[in-house]
Formats: sequence, structure tokens, C-alpha cells
Amino acid sequence: MPHPESVLLGLSKLNNILEVDPKARTARLQPGVTNLAISEAAAAHGLYYGPDPSSQIACSIGGNVAENSGGVHCLKYGLTVHNLLCVEMLTVEGERTTLGGGGLDSPGYDLMALVTGSEGLLGIVTEVTVKLLPCPEVARVVMAGFDSVRAAGDAVGAVIAAGIIPAGLEMMDALAIQAAEDFAQAGYPKEAQALLLCELDGTAEEVDQHVEAVTNIFNQHGASSLRVSSDDAERALLWKGRKSAFPAIGRLSADYYCMDGTIPRSQVSHVLEEISKLSAKYQLRCANVFHAGDGNLHPLIMFDSGDPQQLARAERFGADILELSVAVGGCITGEHGVGLEKLNQMPSQFSEAELHQFEDIKHAFDPALTLNPGKGIPILKRCQEYRALPRRHSHD
Amino acid sequence: MHVELHPRYSDNTEAKRAGELISACVHCGLCLATCPTYLDTGDERDSPRGRIYLLKQLLEEGEAGAVTRTHLDRCLSCRSCETACPSGMQYGKLADIGRGMLNIEAPRGPVERLFRFSLRQTLSRPALVAALLRTGQLFRPLLPPRLKRKIPLRQTPGAMPVSTQPRTMLALSGCVQSAATPLTHAAAARVLDRLGISLKIASEAGCCGAVNYHLGAHSDGLDNMRRNIDAWWPMIEAGAEAIISSATGCGSTLVEYGDLLQHDSVYAAKAKRVSALCRDIADVLVDEDLTLLNIERDIGRVAVHTPCSQQHALKQPDIVNTILRRAGFTLAKTRDDHLCCGSAGTYSILQRSRSERLRQRKLEALQVDNPALIVSANVGCQLHLDEESKIPVKHWIELLDPLTHQGH
Ligand SMILES: Cc1cc2nc3c(=O)[nH]c(=O)nc-3n(C[C@H](O)[C@H](O)[C@H](O)COP(=O)(O)OP(=O)(O)OC[C@H]3O[C@@H](n4cnc5c(N)ncnc54)[C@H](O)[C@@H]3O)c2cc1C
Ligand code: SF4
Ligand code: SF4
Repeated sequence: MPHPESVLLGLSKLNNILEVDPKARTARLQPGVTNLAISEAAAAHGLYYGPDPSSQIACSIGGNVAENSGGVHCLKYGLTVHNLLCVEMLTVEGERTTLGGGGLDSPGYDLMALVTGSEGLLGIVTEVTVKLLPCPEVARVVMAGFDSVRAAGDAVGAVIAAGIIPAGLEMMDALAIQAAEDFAQAGYPKEAQALLLCELDGTAEEVDQHVEAVTNIFNQHGASSLRVSSDDAERALLWKGRKSAFPAIGRLSADYYCMDGTIPRSQVSHVLEEISKLSAKYQLRCANVFHAGDGNLHPLIMFDSGDPQQLARAERFGADILELSVAVGGCITGEHGVGLEKLNQMPSQFSEAELHQFEDIKHAFDPALTLNPGKGIPILKRCQEYRALPRRHSHD
Repeated sequence: MHVELHPRYSDNTEAKRAGELISACVHCGLCLATCPTYLDTGDERDSPRGRIYLLKQLLEEGEAGAVTRTHLDRCLSCRSCETACPSGMQYGKLADIGRGMLNIEAPRGPVERLFRFSLRQTLSRPALVAALLRTGQLFRPLLPPRLKRKIPLRQTPGAMPVSTQPRTMLALSGCVQSAATPLTHAAAARVLDRLGISLKIASEAGCCGAVNYHLGAHSDGLDNMRRNIDAWWPMIEAGAEAIISSATGCGSTLVEYGDLLQHDSVYAAKAKRVSALCRDIADVLVDEDLTLLNIERDIGRVAVHTPCSQQHALKQPDIVNTILRRAGFTLAKTRDDHLCCGSAGTYSILQRSRSERLRQRKLEALQVDNPALIVSANVGCQLHLDEESKIPVKHWIELLDPLTHQGH
């Protein structure tokens, strides 16, 4: 949501893939290239781009850099920041700067990492060079249904404890399963309380071995159904439901409020139980989608924006979930950023000294607070110094 | 997404329905990448989500101008966005309502209105289409190349089966198809005859109503539908087991009769029955053993163009590929199958340059694997692609027709 008086820069037409270098395994991109288009272009060389947010058909690499996006495969292949080589950026003064370089490290401070995930507060990304990965020889998905969220959560812990790093490990609860299945018709077990999708990739022997180990673990934890993809079409179908899970919630409710918190994996059962208590308290349904491998939880609170009371309850419900995430040792955002929405929770997460530091960084890049005004960093009412900042950085 | 209807529309059933339809959209943007017009212009207002927002604005503000109309006019009604939408948005229905409302809220100038009126009046009358086409074909040799390509060569349909089979089905003859590609219906009749089915035509039936309805002339469109129902009813009562369409554009309208006429106290029940009986020719053949047909299979690689109406409206994206593969043909690889060829009913006439760009893209996507020919399942796409294609473009049913292969 832009500031009411701001000018919007739309970069979606800057969508040319400038270069794919199969030898160096890199791609040079304009900022409006969609995430999926990178992998499609790289496919001709047996390569792909690792981070795959569920929005990959629509979201841009510029936006991915700004949000440091992850995806179902970030457990093994990392977030955007781990897959970048070089970012070209326009500073607010209009100066073209290049951060990073052709190699894995470059002299001086790692400003590219600082800019990645800075939510458009520090500059405008105008070109991105990403690393490409070789397509794995084999990739298969193990899908398992469970009678309880707790059993599925324990199974996730056991997979990681066994030393296996799946390419992706995702969990959905009953409402999410229902909505995703309605759209994707992927054959998800609709009676299950929780669903796990675990992708294993590598050489054929490695994958066979891991599929067997994971299947055993799921069975030991009482899986009520089990299916292993037999080809890439089936694997894609199993992911399709998961990747469409957010908007598929639109089938159950006029609106949903998508939350994004990160919690320690060991806390998942506890947090989901608390969320279901909050759901009863606020009288709003809530579906849960979970990047189980890395603890990134997406509760989807269902409400009707036509009813102002429901909207207010949904906002309070969401705020409670974020506070809960921090209380169990987690974080208020996994991959969707802070923006305007989570400004109020920033002080719960960070100390005043830390917030101060954030402001200083913002000042160093953009002293007049021109870029994405009002976002990302809260103006602390209790802090004199923050109150002295230009009003421009505030929305009210 | 909630729509707060403008007080002007509080008694308007169409506006209320539009508001309900919009509530399915959660503005996620996943449909944008599959929208041919958004890919063409990169303008959010030429995307499904952009158009939904423009219509939301109309419903909430009680007015709309030429800008809204322009972006809605550019929409192909291909419904690729519906296939992509995880939230179950029924965009096609919304666009139809929106077009009807815009005809009142943002009326066109007199010249454009007259042109559209003539287009509707001509295209929805099979006899008129045929007469114009015959005249064109007569003078075709004298025309400059550009115009020449627009007029398809006259087809020889070949002899129709004479025997009476134990099973009967009704056929929708269609307006453009009966005049421009009569071979399609004849081939379908011959193939079904081999399978023990007689295909009958009700002479009073005519255009399915799509031309009028999709151009926002709802009441004329509904009249076309009622007339067809009247023409078919006696034959349905006499035991016809299905109504067969061999143009998916028309077929996708037939399946909507029940929905579109649900508030018509006289026709609602009959319309529902007609929609239930309607099947595309592919639907009938997909379960039949076609290996027994005496046909030539060694014709090179075949590139299948699946019309939008078949994949996004009838939701049968692979059916023709399946039939042809089972019948023993070799299929060519194609890409971007979900994107429209630009024909889209009257779109190729009303949005010419945009339509030509989409056709160019489509022809390239269909020919990545050097096919020997292209087949489609809808007369509009077939003619539109054929106009520019270097290789032949046919209706797929012709490949299964024994007579076609005997050189007729
Ligand atoms: C259905 C759905 C599923 C999602 N799934 C995931 C997921 O699995 N993982 C995940 O990490 N995220 C996910 N997201 C969040 C979102 O898609 C990502 O954060 C994505 O990277 C945003 O990219 P965009 O191009 O849409 O950016 P926008 O939404 O257009 O912009 C996001 C922010 O980045 C800034 N920005 C954009 N481009 C630039 C640029 N060139 N230079 C500087 N700043 C810029 C904008 O100012 C804005 O603040 C999902 C979102 C949706 C709607
Ligand atoms: S995909 Fe569906 S819900 Fe998402 S913006 Fe498009 S129409 Fe709306
Ligand atoms: S119907 Fe086709 S052209 Fe129209 S908005 Fe949907 S995808 Fe775009």
C-alpha cells in the first residue's frame, strides 16, 4: 500500500532477460523479470533459479531482492540473498551503483546483503545477477496425511534429526488442505488434520535412499496416508496445491489476512494449538500453511471486509499471533517483510537501540526519507529523537 | 474482496450478481501472467485483476467512462485467468455483466454502435454469412493478397451418411462454421455414423447466441438461445441423446444456457436440460476405440491448438491430444498452450492489430517442433490461424474422417 501522496514506480515492463551464461551458471536480469521466467529461460541449459516463492508466476526479481524472498525450496537452496551475485541499484540521488560482483565475495562491506530484504527503503534495484543451479538428476515428493498436527510436527523434527535435508518440507492444516485440493485436484487426503509434502532431490540412488528413510519416518509417526510422486508431472501437481494455498483460501472466505511469522520448529504444535484458541476467541476461522523445514508459519485468518467488526477482530487476531511468535523465540516476519502492516510489532521484536540503528542506515542511504515513505521502520512515539524525524516518514 | 454497491444499483440484480462474483477475488495477482492482453501491454488495467478493479469501481461509484470500456473491450474473454485463479473467480460471467452495464453507463458513439450492430446482425445469421462468403469466394481471385487471405477457400463437404443408426444425436450447425467450414460437420457425421450414431440437424436452429451475448447485447443473445431450444425440443423429446457441437466456442455457450436463462420462468427448465445434453464432439469420441477407423495416420507431426473455449470454459485441455494420440497420430511439441490465438469471436475484427500480434505468437508457439499441419477444435481459431499460417490448419475431426483421406 503506497503512501497516499507518493508517486508509484512500476518496473514490470523492464522484463528482459539480459543474459544467461550456462558456463558461469548465472543470469543477468532486468528488475521486472518474473521469478518463474528465470527458471524457464535457464531450463534450456539444464539449470534453474533456486528461490521459488509461491507467487513465482507473478512476482519480480526486483521485488524478490527487496523482500529477500524464500520459497518451498529455500530449506536446501537458501533465500534470495544466498542466490545473488550482483545488484545494480539507483540511489535516491539518481546515482547508479553496483553492489556485489562476479565472484562470491567482493571487497569492502557486504552492502548487497544489506540491500537484500530492505523493502525498497534504500534504493531502486535496476539489474540483478543471480546464480543458477543445475537441475537435479531426480526429484520426488513424498506426501503424507496425519490425524493430528502434533504428529506431523514431530515427523518434521524426526526428518531433520535424521540428517536429511529435503529440498522442501511443507505442512498444511485441515482447512488449507481442503481449499488447496478444491482448486488443484491433486489428490490431497481431505480427511487428514495435517499434510506434509517432502521433496527429495539429488542422484537416483541418493533420492531412493532418502525416500525410503522419509517414508519410514512418516509411517513411524502414524501417517494415515502416503504417496510418492512417480514422475515430474505428478510432483508438479502435488506442489500446485501447496503453491496456490493462499489464494485458494478465497474459496472458503471473502477475504483472508495472511500472516507471516517464524518460530522455532520445536514450537509448532504449541503455536498451532494457541492459534486455534485465538480462533475461538475472535470467532474467525484460521487456516495454516507452514514452511515446516525452516519454521516459517503462515496463518491465514478468514474474515469478511464488508463487516468492519470482523476486520478489526482479524487485525487483533493477527497481532496476537505475531506477539506469540516473538514470545516463543521466533520473529514477526519470515519472508513477507514489515511494510506498514507490522510496524506496531517492530518494538516487540527489536530494542530501541536496534531500531535506532535501522533508522541510521535508512538515513545513510536516503536522508530525506523519500523511498517507500512510512514503511519498514516504526516511528517510536515514546522516543524524542524519532518524533523529531520529518513527518513525511509517517502515515498519519 | 468486498464491494460496497452504489445506492443507484441497490435494486439492480445484475450489479448485485457482479458484486457477489467479485467477492471471490483475493487480488493475489497469480492470474496476470496467464493473461494474453497483460502480456501484450504490461498495463495492470489490461489484466484480469485490473479489470476486476475497474468493474468494482463502476459498482461502487455508480459510473464509469471510456477508459473502463477500452480495457474491457481489449479483454478476449478467453478465460485463461479462470483456469489460473486458485480462488475460483468466475471472471467470464463478470465480464459479460460488466459489458452489458457499460453499454448503458458508457455508451459508444453512433458510428461504433452501428458497426457493432451490423456485425451482430450479420454473424448471428447463418444464411447471411453464407451469402456474403459465397460472394467473397466468387471474387476471391480478383482480390489483393491481404484481402484474399481473409476469405477461406470453398470446402467440399462430401457425401453425408444416408443410413439410419440406432442412436441419434442432434448437431448445432453454427453460423460461421456451416458457411465457411462445412467439412467439419460432414466429417463429424461420417465418423459418428461409423460408430452407430446418426447426427441430425434441426433446421430452425441457428446461432448459439454467443456473438450477441458476448458483445453485451444480452436480450438478443437470449432470444437466439430460446429459438434454439424451441427448435431442438421436439427432437429431444423424441429421444436424441445429446446435442453435439463441433465448434468449442459455440459448445461453451450451450453449456451455459441453463445458467443464463435461469430466471426465465418459461425456459429455465428446458435450458437446463439442453445444457445437460450438450457435448463437444471430442467428448463423444474420447471413449471410443478409434484404432479401427480406416484412416491415414502417417501424415507427419500434428500440432494441436486447443481453443480457449475448450481448455478454460469446457475445462478439457487435453482431450483432443488424447484422442489423436490414441487414434495413432504423432503429435508435435508446442508451447504456451494456455495463450489465446487472438481469434476470440469478433475480437479479430474489433481489435485487429492486437489480435494479429497474438496470432503471430501463437503460430510460432505451435511450430517449434516443425509440424506438418495444425489442428483446432473451433472454427474461429481455425480460420484465423489459417489466414497467416504457412502450413494447413484443419479441424481435428477431419483427420478421423475416412472420406477426407480418400481425396474428397
Ligand atoms: C499468493 C502469494 C504467495 C506468496 N508466496 C511467497 C513465498 O512463498 N515466499 C516469499 O518469500 N514470499 C511470498 N509472497 C510475497 C511476495 O510475493 C514476495 O515478497 C515477492 O518477492 C514480491 O515481489 P513483487 O515483484 O510482487 O514485489 P512488489 O509487491 O511489487 O513489491 C514488494 C516491495 O518491494 C519493493 N520493490 C519492488 N521492486 C523493487 C525494486 N526493483 N527495487 C527496490 N524495491 C523494490 C516495493 O517497493 C515493495 O515495498 C507471496 C505473495 C503472494 C501474493
Ligand atoms: S488469480 Fe483470482 S484471486 Fe488472484 S487476482 Fe486473479 S482473479 Fe483475483
Ligand atoms: S479473459 Fe483472457 S484476456 Fe480477459 S482478463 Fe481473462 S485472461 Fe485476460
